This record gives sequence, structure tokens and C-alpha cells, in this order.
Amino acid sequence: MEYEGVWILAEQSGGRVTRIGHELLTRARDLAAKRGTEVTALIFGSEIDAGDLQELIDRGADRVIAVEAAELAHFLVEPYAACMLNILDEYRPEIIIAGATSTGRTLMPYVAVKAHTGLTADCTVLDIEDETGNLLQTRPAIGGNIMATIKTPAHRPQMATVRPHSTKPAGKQDGRAGEIVRVEAPAELLAGRVRRVDFVPSEEGHGIQDADRVVAVGRGIKKGENIPVMQDLAEALDAALGATRDVVDRGWLSYPHQIGLSGKTITPKLYIGAGASGSIQHLAGMQTSENIVAINTDPDAQIFRVADIGVVGDLFEVVPALAKRIRQTKAQDQQ
Amino acid sequence: MRIIVPIKQVPETNAVRMDEETGTMVREGVEAIVNPLDLYAIEVALRLREAHDGEVVVVTMGPPKADKALREAIAMGCDAGVLVSNKAFAGSDTWSTSYVVAASIRRIGACDLIVCGERATDGDTGQVGPGIAAFLDLPVATYVGKVEEVTDKTVRVHRLVEDGHEVLELDLPAVLTVVKEVGDPRLPTLRGKQRAKKVEIPTWGPDDLDVEAESLGLKGSPTRVVKIFRPQVARECEKVTATDDSGVAEAVGRVVAFLQEKELI
Repeated sequence: MEYEGVWILAEQSGGRVTRIGHELLTRARDLAAKRGTEVTALIFGSEIDAGDLQELIDRGADRVIAVEAAELAHFLVEPYAACMLNILDEYRPEIIIAGATSTGRTLMPYVAVKAHTGLTADCTVLDIEDETGNLLQTRPAIGGNIMATIKTPAHRPQMATVRPHSTKPAGKQDGRAGEIVRVEAPAELLAGRVRRVDFVPSEEGHGIQDADRVVAVGRGIKKGENIPVMQDLAEALDAALGATRDVVDRGWLSYPHQIGLSGKTITPKLYIGAGASGSIQHLAGMQTSENIVAINTDPDAQIFRVADIGVVGDLFEVVPALAKRIRQTKAQDQQ
Repeated sequence: MRIIVPIKQVPETNAVRMDEETGTMVREGVEAIVNPLDLYAIEVALRLREAHDGEVVVVTMGPPKADKALREAIAMGCDAGVLVSNKAFAGSDTWSTSYVVAASIRRIGACDLIVCGERATDGDTGQVGPGIAAFLDLPVATYVGKVEEVTDKTVRVHRLVEDGHEVLELDLPAVLTVVKEVGDPRLPTLRGKQRAKKVEIPTWGPDDLDVEAESLGLKGSPTRVVKIFRPQVARECEKVTATDDSGVAEAVGRVVAFLQEKELI
């Protein structure tokens, strides 16, 4: 049997399909069009919401395969991997992409080893090679200093993960046709040596990845006590506060605020960065923002290369003035 | 208890420079260090040894000079090191690396835990830890931020995920990949450094391991690098200079106009 079809690994939490599945459908539709094939969304869980499965169809899946069992309610590497290998063996997809989430980054390498195939992590661009039909997987390496394009010429399926929020969710087309296959996971695949005994939700909230606007601060802030200068601009814009690795390494803001290769990738409608020179490591995490404003004293700062508006000036002068003007403008609009 | 820590020697990435002409990395003058994230794995292993007795063995696959990385780990307090090095391993991707490291762990012998760093700062994939678990057919917990309790048969850990942390219990032997939250790595001690200088570190090649020649190195790697290039990023940046008071006012006006134009305020 030939290997065929572009698959995504969708995820659920409490039976509700999460956003990453919709983002992966954007990638999958593009690849399937180039490859002249169909898109299948694979999902593991327990009592997954039927409307959410239909929404995967509405957003571009031609088929949804939901593998369900009480033991699959939460991610556990062994039953998930066993069920995935079982499904891959039966359906033989040509390509499978997953989110670089805590689940995807654990399940995919485990499965790739067992399936004896290649896996490329954190791809930023996925494409199809014209002559061969192979998946071309482009990702940053060496701290973002280089990009590498990688392929898996002789092994199938070709596997890749992509970072959450690196694409927009696929659009919805109500009543789009597609097949939903709900299967009960075979009991013999559900055993494992990892038990989930508790879950403690974090108090930090969702933060920069879900924010529409992000104000980011770099080393130019000089010390931790100066952070309120940026906090004030963030509040004026109703934005989340992000930071470069330098700022987090110095302990001026905590790790959940970190934007970049070793932090989070963000694609907000607005990014305003101040005192961030634009290391490749940071640019990799924010350059796909829709609108970018950068403030920096150095007219040659790298961040200006990705900015729409670049203010060459001292953040300690520009940022407070900007926060004030934004508040004034908002107040005028309300009158 | 016996703990094995697979580590990697990496270039100090903050110091990496690129050759603009060829788009390749300039390796000269770049220091080779122990992958910073592996130091957390070493720290976890040493703390467990202190609490439960036993030994910590570090293993690395790499060029002969990776011997230095093992000696640094021993200087921190690890008991023994194994260098897995041979031309046949060159060009390994994460599948092939996991394969060889797993085979090396089998040769080291029975252990209770394998503790890895979450990822290496050069390849940045985070795939080798779970890959080793898959080859050894062991349970794995990734993103471990805390090792809560170890008994004769189980380990209980906190696994940091997007919206909180899971408390997982794994049967031993198990593989853990750990993140910074586990605690700051210790510095090498003087005694450790002295021991690290003298300790004998064996070098293993394919003949020392139960591996198939066709699964090694570039030949045994399912993935191929097609091309390497410098990331291109560019937008038309409209620059405004705000070096004096009127400049600041003008620049701020321009930014606010831009935000209004984009309907952001």
C-alpha cells in the first residue's frame, strides 16, 4: 500500500479541541493542495465534543479520526504512542504534522523512533519539493543563526512539528463536507508505566501568546526597577508584557514573558519593542507579528529590519510620552 | 541508585558568528561547552545520588574533544564518564543519535533513571531524550520541573505543561528530561577537578556496541539537510528620529497615527 495523505495531530483538553489543531489545518491545506491529496485530522481523547470534531472539518479537514478511551483523556506517552503507531500502520499517511506543544514534542519523537522515520522539530516553513513530492521542512538552528531545510527522502511518514501561534487558524466554512470516524482504542494498547496522579493549573494566566498586543522590553531598560516604564505603556495599550532573553536571564521578568527561540513565538496584531536590539533569537519569536513598532537608540539596530515604524531614540523619553499620548487619544475618542 | 546522564558538547551559541559569504558557521575561536541545559540534568542526578547513594554516569556521543565535556561533569561530582566517538557516527540526526546513545546506555548496564537536558542549545530539537526512551522502551516524562519523590520502584515528578503542571508517577527505570526549574546547577569543586583530570574515560565505537552499521551516522539517518541559509528578515521600516524634545513629540505623533490607521487604538 502506498503512503498517502497529509495528516495533522489535533489536541484536546477536557474533550474540547484546542487552537493548535486549527493552526495545523492552515499548514495542511496548503501542503495537500500542492500534493494533490486530502487532509486528515487525528485526535486522541475521551468523549470529545462532537461539534468540535465537525469544526475540524469546517476548517479544512476532509476526514477526522478520533481515537477514544478513558485512558486517553489526558496525554500519556505510552498509550498515545501505541494508538498512534497502530493508526499509522493501518492508514499509512505520507506526512504528519503536530504542534510543538508539550504533547507534540514528546509524542512525535517517541513515535518517530518506533516508526523508524525522520522528524523535524519547530519548523517555520513547510513546503513540497516539486520534483520528488518530498516534504521540505525549514527550521532555525544554532540559536537562530542559521535556517536549515531538511527532508526525509526514504522513510515514511514524514514527520514535523511546528510552533504554536506561528500560523493563523484556518478559516471556517460552515457545512463543509467531510467524514468523522470515531473509534474506540483497542484495550491492549492502553497499558502504560506512567500515571497522572494530579494536575495543578498555573496562576500565571495565558499571557503573551494569546495577546493581541504585546509590548516587549529588551536590555535597554538597564535594570529591573525600570520595568514599570514599559508596564505603563502595556497598560495604556491593554497589551501583554514580553521580554527578550537578556531581560529574563537577568531576572527582571519571569520566563513566561520570554519571546524568542528559547521562549515563545508570538503573532499579535501589534508588537511594540523598546530597548531590544533584535537578536536573531528574539526576531525568530516575533517577526511574524502583523504590525511592528521598534524603539531603540541605535539607528542600525537589527530590530528595525523587521519593523514598520522605527523610532530612533531613548526609550526613557519615548515610551512615557507614547503612553501618555495613547491615553489622551483614547480619552478624546470616547468624548 | 544508578543514574545515567547523556550530555552533549555544543558551541557557545552566543559567540557564534556567521560567514556572510558562505552562510556557514565560523567555528574557529568558538568555545565548546557542556550544553547549558544538560547541567540541570547533572544537578538533578547528583542531588538524587546524595539522597539515595549510588552513582552517576555521564555519557556523550561526539568528537574526541567531547572528552572535555565529560571531565567537566565529573568535576561537578559525577562518578564516571563514557565517550562514544567514531567516524561512523558522524552526521547522525536525532533518530540515529538516540539509537547510539540508547545502545551505549545498554552497555553501561542496569540503571534506575536516565536524566537528560530538555534540549541542546545548538540543534534545539529536544527529540533525543524521548528518542532514547523509545529505543529502550522505557516510560518518559518530559519538561520535568521538579523531582518530588523516588522510591525503589517509582519516581514522582512535576511535568510543566502549557497551563500548569502535571504530577506524574513513573515506574523505574524511566527517562526524565528536565528544565531549568529543577534548580541551579552547582559549580565544579577543586576535588572534583582533580579527580576529573586523572579519571580514565573509555571511548566506545560501533564495535563496542550492539548496533547495526546501516543505522549509524549520516547513512543511518532518516533526515537529510538539503540546504543551510541565513534567515532573511526585512520590512520597509519608516524611521523617525527622536533625539530631542520636538523629535520625541513628532515620533510619538507618528506612532499614534500609525496605531490609529491600523485601528489598534
